[in-house]
Amino acid sequence: MAGPDPLGAWRRFLALPNESRGKTLAVAFAVSAVCAILVSGATVMLRPIQSANRAAEEQARIEALVAGIPGMADLLAQSGGTLGTVVIDLVRGRAASDVTPATLATALADPANWTALDAGQDLAGLGQRPDYAQIYLLRDAGEVSVVLLPISGAGYNGRIDAVLALSGDMNTIAGLSVTRQSETPGLGARIEEAGWLADFPGTRTRDEDGTLRFAVARGTAASVYEVDGITGATRTSNAVTRMVRFWLGPDGYGPLLAAIRRGEF
Amino acid sequence: MPARPSLWTTLTAPLLRENPVTLQILGICSALAVTTSLATALTMAASLTVVLTLAAGLISVIRHHIPDTIRLIVQIVIIASLVIVIDQVLQAWFFEISQALSVFVGLITTNCLVLGRTEAYARHNPPLPSMVDALGNALGYSLILVIIGALRELFGKGELMGLAVLPLADQGGWFTPLSLMLLAPSAFFLLGGLVWAIRTLRPEQAETPEHAPMGRGEPAE
Repeated sequence: MAGPDPLGAWRRFLALPNESRGKTLAVAFAVSAVCAILVSGATVMLRPIQSANRAAEEQARIEALVAGIPGMADLLAQSGGTLGTVVIDLVRGRAASDVTPATLATALADPANWTALDAGQDLAGLGQRPDYAQIYLLRDAGEVSVVLLPISGAGYNGRIDAVLALSGDMNTIAGLSVTRQSETPGLGARIEEAGWLADFPGTRTRDEDGTLRFAVARGTAASVYEVDGITGATRTSNAVTRMVRFWLGPDGYGPLLAAIRRGEF
Repeated sequence: MPARPSLWTTLTAPLLRENPVTLQILGICSALAVTTSLATALTMAASLTVVLTLAAGLISVIRHHIPDTIRLIVQIVIIASLVIVIDQVLQAWFFEISQALSVFVGLITTNCLVLGRTEAYARHNPPLPSMVDALGNALGYSLILVIIGALRELFGKGELMGLAVLPLADQGGWFTPLSLMLLAPSAFFLLGGLVWAIRTLRPEQAETPEHAPMGRGEPAE
């Protein structure tokens, strides 16, 4: 035999008895390697399309949410047809000075810009909360008339992302839009349906004393602080309750909403 | 060597006569979960068809070199990788449907139908018959999914593929939707009814009772 003979070696390898240890290990390794390349290749190549899809979906839902708020079309026409975008520093409860919408993704990639939540605070089951969030708002003669707040929390099957719209009093819900969820189809996944979300506008979040009272009811809503629950999806309904309460509370947008209410924003 | 059945028989037998869902009662978990509407049922059926056919082909190609001791894990790894790829493709190009299917595409991995076909058939047969057999079984599964999905969407929402078919009572029509049809139990009822109907028409599919009913007949010994 002259020189290396890769084809012959390959044939000798294939001719090995299947049960030999060497061939077992080699086959296991080869199958894993091929599959790993396949999976990572597909993930990496398709990721840009997928994130574009998600972004487009979120934009479409925000637009639909805005269009669904009574009187918004007129307000938008007056203000030039666009919502203002602001990055909020959640720790201080006001606009962030050093982070812009363009640099938000970079800022959130840094773990130092996240705050860990302990079990008592962590109503929404998030574990940690970003210190910066991008919100949308609309001003009418200087006063904030609508604010759109992105919120998220742990649902029954996975994370739920939504956008909550609050009217100028920062107490009455103007609308809710679920931008991402993986709840059980036909049950919890109905949080996405317009029929259920239509119950949100007009719902109050706090009573006169300022206590958060918002809840997804068990069954039919009994007060102005409640929306109808979804039959067969108690865990998802509770997740929405906790998520809204967390984000409107002191660890979420609470300080910001108080500032807007005082007219300091 | 026994004569191999023709490719046409291999393809058509699993449609009704040896349907994997109604005869072998395989893969019913997903058959229950994704059949709330026809569109999701069709996408799930298409995804499973692609995964099963490709997996059967791949496993059949390397069938002489899969060590027996690790054969199950090798098959599962191949199936799982294909499922992830399909899921990514759906998320990229069929975004809305992939959201409706949510976790169930990932669960194709654990669908006993897929492992059942690769283990029982693809591991012992050349690629072409294996892929034809896989396609036949996947189409049999799809058939059941489409039937149940269509029935559930029609009677649960009065729609087919999202288009109103039966005028709803709350919009001035006469049809009151059966909400039960959108819940998982209705899929059990429909599937059970389907199995019963097929076994009545084809009595050879009925299994012999494993246990004699209590209090009747002869004692065993």
